[in-house]
Amino acid sequence: MSAKAEPSQGSARATPEVARAGSSEFVRVEGVTKKFGSFTAVDDVSFSIDRGEIFSLLGGSGCGKTTILRMLAGFETPTRGRVWIDGQDMTDVPAYERPVNMMFQSYALFPHMSVEKNIGYGLKHEKMSKAQRGDRVREMLDLVQLTGLSERKPHQISGGQRQRVALARALARSPKLLLLDEPLAALDKKLREQTQFELMNIQDRTGVTFIVVTHDQEEAMTLSSRLAVMDKGRIMQVGTSTEIYEYPGNRQVAGFIGSINFFDARVIRRNGDLLRLDVPDLGGEVDAAAIDGVSSGDEVTLAVRPEKLVINRARPDETNRTLGTVEGLAYFGKDSLYRVRLPGGNLVSAMSVNSRRAGENERVADWEDQVWLSFAASSAIVLTS
Amino acid sequence: MSAAPTTLRRLRRWFNRKGWGQITIATPYIWLLALFLVPFVIVFAMSFATRTPTAPPFSFGGENPILNWENYRRLFTDTLYIRAYLTSIANAAMATVMCLLIGYPMALGIARSSRSWRNILLMLVILPFWTSFLLRVYAWMGLMGTNSWFNKLLTSFYNGIVPDDWALSYIPMMNTNFAVVLVTVYSYLPFMILPLYANLEKLDLQLDEAAMDLGSRPLRVFWDITLPQSIPGIIAGGMLVFIPASGELIIPSLVGSSSQPMIGRVISDEFASARDWPMASAVSVALLVLLVVPLMLYTHYESKAQRQAQKRAEEGQ
Repeated sequence: MSAKAEPSQGSARATPEVARAGSSEFVRVEGVTKKFGSFTAVDDVSFSIDRGEIFSLLGGSGCGKTTILRMLAGFETPTRGRVWIDGQDMTDVPAYERPVNMMFQSYALFPHMSVEKNIGYGLKHEKMSKAQRGDRVREMLDLVQLTGLSERKPHQISGGQRQRVALARALARSPKLLLLDEPLAALDKKLREQTQFELMNIQDRTGVTFIVVTHDQEEAMTLSSRLAVMDKGRIMQVGTSTEIYEYPGNRQVAGFIGSINFFDARVIRRNGDLLRLDVPDLGGEVDAAAIDGVSSGDEVTLAVRPEKLVINRARPDETNRTLGTVEGLAYFGKDSLYRVRLPGGNLVSAMSVNSRRAGENERVADWEDQVWLSFAASSAIVLTS
Repeated sequence: MSAAPTTLRRLRRWFNRKGWGQITIATPYIWLLALFLVPFVIVFAMSFATRTPTAPPFSFGGENPILNWENYRRLFTDTLYIRAYLTSIANAAMATVMCLLIGYPMALGIARSSRSWRNILLMLVILPFWTSFLLRVYAWMGLMGTNSWFNKLLTSFYNGIVPDDWALSYIPMMNTNFAVVLVTVYSYLPFMILPLYANLEKLDLQLDEAAMDLGSRPLRVFWDITLPQSIPGIIAGGMLVFIPASGELIIPSLVGSSSQPMIGRVISDEFASARDWPMASAVSVALLVLLVVPLMLYTHYESKAQRQAQKRAEEGQ
């Protein structure tokens, strides 16, 4: 139990190798620390991003994600460490000389300029003729579908339209890297989903590398090719959405992304691809997919996602099973969440997809019912920290 | 017997329903009416009267026409008045520009300093008001006088850099337009700084970052983002300095040139020394028109331009 939260690259894990096409390092953040007075906002963070990726920094407020973004943009200088963009050391390069543009959370549109002037603002510094500049602005207006609104001032358009103007303005200079600070936070749910796909579409068409800061895990998981989960100024894990969700590196990551049931467990022995665990809360021994670096007698944590727990009235064939009593039931339409009390006293969550139409008296289980919970050995996550 | 309670009840009902709101709105209007509009109408009427050796020293009618235009005719023909207006406008404009050039960086500096420093710095801006205005003008008179240490210091500097045959025994500062502008700038600087600060303090610094992110260097950011957004503050500060400075009486009387009087001095002299109240009134009315009309035109066109922009934007949809 000595292993401390190791940032990412948990090579010990049986993580499926995800091939990254045309892999080439584009952004490298190297041992970066940022202190504001005695407060450490970012603590020795390192990661790298490939060209054309949508990379998300995910974490709660105050976790340091925005500070990293601001250091990439050039608004803050790291206290320690270096920042490389496209092979160049950018650590001490001022914001106005970086091939990077940022879309601000507040959008930061210039209130005294029209939509057109806002989008064209950055082009003033490019060596281009007035006609070329006009063409580029029109191209951008077209890209974000705002062609009719070029004359308007920011206060005369809706929130969603402002968001697009901000995006168009940030993209107009064809940056190598686009930084997006909570790009969807100010939009309502419907617009957010729609805009999310638009963002991905635009990224696909322009090929610009995106770094997105967000506190919304769903947003991070759908948008990004890879994401970094952050807490208290440190990166806890970097990986694809699948890696982070299905193969979390530690309890913190597992608990932060989605919901999960944790059980204290002890390793009995290793059986090829499986670990035999003693889990008192589950009333005995269970099997779980093996990980490296554990040996008999180790105290570990067994984690199972609610949707991986199968709920059944009949005794299942699966050997990883336990009996419990339904204490709570939430019906969401497409699925239902059951809160099941185990004999040991634990309350666990099980999610069951309502794949067949059933009346109120026909569902899998009801309040006070005795049910069997089971899970496949391959779905069980073993965590050492 | 029953009429009084009904009236009272009605009054109370009116008061509760909308009386408070109406009284609140009416208060500033009543104030303006009583303390600005009524006196102005009196002055305006007086400007058409005729000077008489009576008390009060004017009359309407008699052998003269009821509406006596003579005062206004003199205003436009006597070069004394025209020159006084020009001197006033020139001095006030110069002082306003200087106040802006000195006050803008100060206001910006205060607005961009840390929260704890801001109040201290603002306090320092207002601090001179704690001593009498007259006292401060007298202090400047002392400094600018031919035998003051300040004048001697400046003179030795001046003599040090110019050829010997240009050397002076003192620098003539008192009783010049330079002195008027200098003391006006000193006295009115807070009136420029405070509205500018109020404006600059509200600006969103993220806009500066956005401009910098889009490739603008700091000076460019100031020119493109900060300055355009501070125009309301510049106009407010400019008016607060220009309008009182152009009608200023004490500063030009104490440190100004007697051969180039400013209009405040002329009005004062007409009223007090010449006892020509109608003429003084005419000069005052003309000054008001000179100051207020351009301002009204500006406001009118500004709001018109804004309405047009709004309309264009709506049609563009």
